[in-house]
Amino acid sequence: MDASLPAHMRPDRSFQGLILALQRYWADYGCVILQPYDMEVGAGTFHPATTLRALGPKPWNAAYVQPSRRPKDGRYGENPNRLQHYYQFQVILKPSPPDLQELYLRSLAAIGIDSAVHDIRFVEDDWESPTLGAWGLGWECWCDGMEVSQFTYFQQVAGVECAPVAGELTYGLERLACYLQGVDRIMDLNFNGREGDQKVTYRDVFFQAEQEYSRHNFEYADTAMLFEQFKMAEEACKKYLAAGWREGGNRKQHLMALPAYDQCIKASHVFNLLDARGVISVTERQSYIFRVRELAKACGEAWVHTEAGGVA
Amino acid sequence: MPDLLLELFSEEIPARMQAKAADDLRRMVTDKLVAEGLVYEGAKAFATPRRLALTVHGIPARQPDLKEERRGPRVGGPEPAIQGFLKATGLASLSEAKIQSDKKGDFYIALIEKPGRAAIDVIAEILPVIIRTFPWPKSMRWGERSAKPGSLNWVRPLHAITATFGLETEEPDVVKFSVDGIETGETTYGHRFLAPAAINVRRFEDYEAKLLDAKVVLDAERRKDSILTDAKQLAFAQGFELVEDQNLLDEVAGLVEWPVVLMGSFDQEFLSIPAEVIRATIRNNQKCFVVSDPKTGKLASKFILIANIEATDGGKAIVSGNERVIRARLSDAKFFYETDLKTKLEDRLPKFEQIVFHEKLGTQGERIKRIERLAAEIAPLVGADVAKAKRAAHLAKADLLTEVVGEFPEVQGLMGKYYALAQGEDTSVAAACEEHYKPQGPADRVPTDSVSVAVALADKLDTLAGFWAIDEKPTGSKDPYALRRAALGVIRLIAENALRLSLLKAAASALAGLSVKPTDTQKIPNDLLAFFADRLKVQLREQGARHDLVDAVFALGGQDDLLMIVRRVEALGKFLDSDDGKNLLAGTKRAGNILSIEEKKDKRTFDGAPDAALYSLTEEKALAKAIGEVKAEASAAVAKEDFAAAMSAMAKLRPPVDAFFDKVRVNDEDPKVRENRLKLLNEIRSATRAVADFSKIQD
Repeated sequence: MDASLPAHMRPDRSFQGLILALQRYWADYGCVILQPYDMEVGAGTFHPATTLRALGPKPWNAAYVQPSRRPKDGRYGENPNRLQHYYQFQVILKPSPPDLQELYLRSLAAIGIDSAVHDIRFVEDDWESPTLGAWGLGWECWCDGMEVSQFTYFQQVAGVECAPVAGELTYGLERLACYLQGVDRIMDLNFNGREGDQKVTYRDVFFQAEQEYSRHNFEYADTAMLFEQFKMAEEACKKYLAAGWREGGNRKQHLMALPAYDQCIKASHVFNLLDARGVISVTERQSYIFRVRELAKACGEAWVHTEAGGVA
Repeated sequence: MPDLLLELFSEEIPARMQAKAADDLRRMVTDKLVAEGLVYEGAKAFATPRRLALTVHGIPARQPDLKEERRGPRVGGPEPAIQGFLKATGLASLSEAKIQSDKKGDFYIALIEKPGRAAIDVIAEILPVIIRTFPWPKSMRWGERSAKPGSLNWVRPLHAITATFGLETEEPDVVKFSVDGIETGETTYGHRFLAPAAINVRRFEDYEAKLLDAKVVLDAERRKDSILTDAKQLAFAQGFELVEDQNLLDEVAGLVEWPVVLMGSFDQEFLSIPAEVIRATIRNNQKCFVVSDPKTGKLASKFILIANIEATDGGKAIVSGNERVIRARLSDAKFFYETDLKTKLEDRLPKFEQIVFHEKLGTQGERIKRIERLAAEIAPLVGADVAKAKRAAHLAKADLLTEVVGEFPEVQGLMGKYYALAQGEDTSVAAACEEHYKPQGPADRVPTDSVSVAVALADKLDTLAGFWAIDEKPTGSKDPYALRRAALGVIRLIAENALRLSLLKAAASALAGLSVKPTDTQKIPNDLLAFFADRLKVQLREQGARHDLVDAVFALGGQDDLLMIVRRVEALGKFLDSDDGKNLLAGTKRAGNILSIEEKKDKRTFDGAPDAALYSLTEEKALAKAIGEVKAEASAAVAKEDFAAAMSAMAKLRPPVDAFFDKVRVNDEDPKVRENRLKLLNEIRSATRAVADFSKIQD
C-alpha cells in the first residue's frame, strides 16, 4: 500500500479508496477494468463479462465492481452485516494463471493486508450456482477468521465445460472495508475518506435505500406484475435465442447471445424478488430455478457460437 | 535396499480429504509395487494442506527375473497353431522351442525368460498412472492445459512433484516422469508465508527435517498433538479448561502447516445464549475451540484459535480480527435466539402445511398430525400421560422453523427444548422435543422419560411405516432415510425401557394413519417385523451375542413383543451354554434328522399323539412321561414369562432323550411300533417349541 496516498484514496480510510486500490492493482496486472453491468444482478458472476466470457477458448482478463442485489437479505438497514444491495469486486482471468494464489495474496497486500501479521487461509468452498448451471472448486479466503473473498476455478458455466478454465476472484467489499477501517457496522464505513463536515458515510449513501428497498422487496413489490415479467423475460429470451441462429459457411453462428442473456438476468432477478415476497412455494422454487438455468444454458450454447465465444 | 520419496505439492487440499488421500496414496503405490514383484519393507504417507507425501523404504533395486515355460501345440500340429505359438512367445523358429513328451504325445515348449527391470524404471511407470487416476472425491482442471481434452484432474492445481529413489548411503536419483507438463524433481517449498523459498530434498529424513526448518510440520498427528497440548496449556494458564473436540481438531490440523495457538475473548453478555449455540457458532463458522470454567463447568467468554503463522506482532492483529468476527457471529446468534423466543412454537406450525416431507408421504404438517395420533395411542402402553405425549408430539418439530436451527441444524431438538421451557411447557414435554430424535445411533443415549419414549416411538414408527408403504426400503448399502437406524432406535427404546408393545399392532396403526394406501396393507406389518428381527440380529451380533437364536425365536411365529423376544433369546442363550442345553439341542436335532429322513421315505409326516399302548421299553415310557410333564411345565412358565424356568423345565428332558437314543431303535421291524416311535420323536420337537425352534439354532 502506498503510504503517500491521501485518505480519500486510501483503502484503509475510505470505501472508495478500497475500490480504487483494487482497480489499480488489477489494471497493473493487465486486466480490462470494466464498469458494472447496467442491470440488476445477484452477484458479480452474472455480469456477461464473467458468465459468457468465461466460455470459449479466447483469453480474457477483466476486473470490475458489480452492485449486487439480494432482495431476501434486506434488513431495513438494521443488521450490521446484511444488506439487500452491496458491492462485489470481481476479477476473471482466463485461462487461470499458474500463480493465481500469489496474485491474489499480492492484491491483499495492495490494500494493506500484511501476511506477516494477518492469518490468511484458503478454506475449502465448492461453488455452485444452480440458476447459472455453473460450478467450480476453490476456497473461501479467510483473513483472521473472516471470509474476505471467494476464489474459484470455474469448471462449468451455463452448462458448458470451461476450456480453458477461468479463475474467478470475488472480494466482498463492505466486509473488507469494515475490517480495514476497523468498524463493526457497514453503515458506519467512511465512504469518501474525509473527516468532519465533509465526511460521507455508507449510511449517508445507502441507509434510506436499504429501508425503502426492504419495504419494497418484502411488502409491496407487485407480485402479479413480477409473475408476468418473469414469463415475458423467459419468452423474450427464448425468442431472441431462436432468432439469433445463422448458418455461416459450414459453421453455425449466433448473432444475439447478449440480448438474450439480458433477459435471462432479468428473469433471475424477478425470481429473487418473488422469492423474497414469499409467494413461491418450496416445490415451485425448484421449478423456477430450473427454468432460469435452462435459459442460462441456452445462452451459453449461443455464446460459444459467437465471435468472442471463439467462432473466428 | 533403496527408498522412495514422493511429494505432490499443490494448492490447498480440503482438510476433510487429507487423511484419506494420504492413505490412498500409500495403498495404491505399495499395491502396485508388490504387484510388480517389488516387495518393500515399510511405507508411510502424510498430508498437509499443501502436500501429499509418501516414503517407502526397503524396495529391492531390481525386480526378480521371471522364467516361464509355455506349452504350445503338438509336434506336427496344424500350421496356423504353430505360427500363433511362435508369435505369442516371440520365438524366431521352432528350433528355439523344446519338445516335451507326456501321455498325450509330444508338445513344443517355449522357455520365456523375462529379466527383472530396475525398480526406478518400474516406479517411473507406476506413479504417473496413480496420479492420473487418483480417487479424489471431487477434482478439477485448471490453467492453459485445461483447454485440451485429457488434461490432468487433481483436487486443486498441482504444482510440483518430488520423486527420488536411492540407497541411504548414496545420492538418490530423481524418478523421472512427467504428468501434464509437470516434471519430477527434488525441489519443494516451505510454509506459504513463513518460508516460501524452494528447498532441495534428497530423501525422506532430510525432507522431513528441512520442512520442519521451513515451518512445515509434515505429520498431521504431530500437528494435532501440538495443537492439543498448547491449547490445553493456554487454557489452563488462564484458569480455564479446553472443551475438547476431536472432529474440530482433525479439521483444524488440516488447515495449517505450522499451528500457532492463540486465545481470544468475547463479551460476557453473549453467555446468555445457550452454550450449545455458542459452541456451534464458534466451532462451525470460525473453527475455534471454546473453553469452560473448571469450577462450574459452564462456558467461559473465551475461545481458542489456531493460526497458521507466527505473526510478527505476536498474534495481536490475528486475535483482534478473530474477536471481531466472533462478536459479529455471536450477535447474529443472539439476535436469532431472541427473535425465536418471541414466537410460540405452535404458532410456527401452519408453515409446515407448505413444506413437503416426502412427495408421496405428504407435508410435514400431515406428518406431525400422524405422530400426534400415534404418540397418544402409544402413551398408555409406555406409561406416559396421553395429553403430554400429544402436546410434545405437537411441538416437537416446531424448532425446525426457528432461526437458530436454520443456521445450525445440529442443534435441532435441543433448541426445541429451550424454547418449550421458555414458553412454560411441562418439563417432560420440553424434554421430548429434544429426546424424541434419540437414540440416533448405537452409541446414543436412549430416553427414559415416558413422554419422550412415546413420541420417539411414534416418530420412528411413522417413518418406517411410511417408507414401507411407498416401498422405499433400504437396499444394500443404500438407506437414504436412515430406516435401519430408526428400527434399531425402536428396538433399543423398547428393550432398554422394558416396554410391552405389540409391534404388529403398532405398525398396523401407523400404517392406518397414512394417507397413502398401499395395496397389501396386510403384508407390511409382517415385513416390518422381519426387518426388526434383522436389526435385532445385527445388534446382537455387534454385541457378540448369538444372533441365530433370534431366528429360532421368531420361527415360532406370532412373536411381535420385542421385549419378550429379547428375554427369551437371553434365556435360551444361557440354557444352550449349559451341558443340559447342548445335549438337548443335539438330541432334538438328531430327532429332527431321523424324522426328516423317514418322512421323505414314507412321504408322510408323523404328527399326532403316540399310542401309549404301543410302548414296550421303559425308555420309551420314560420319555413320553417326561415330554408330557416338560411341555406342561414349560408352557406354564412361558405363560408367566419366566423363560429361565421354562429352560430349567426343558433341561429335564435331556436324560430321557439321551436314554431313548441310547437304548431304543426307532426303525423297529413292526411298522406300527416304528410309526409310534417316530411320533414320539416328533413330540420331542414339538415340546422344545415351547421355548424356541431348535432347528434354526446353529451348532
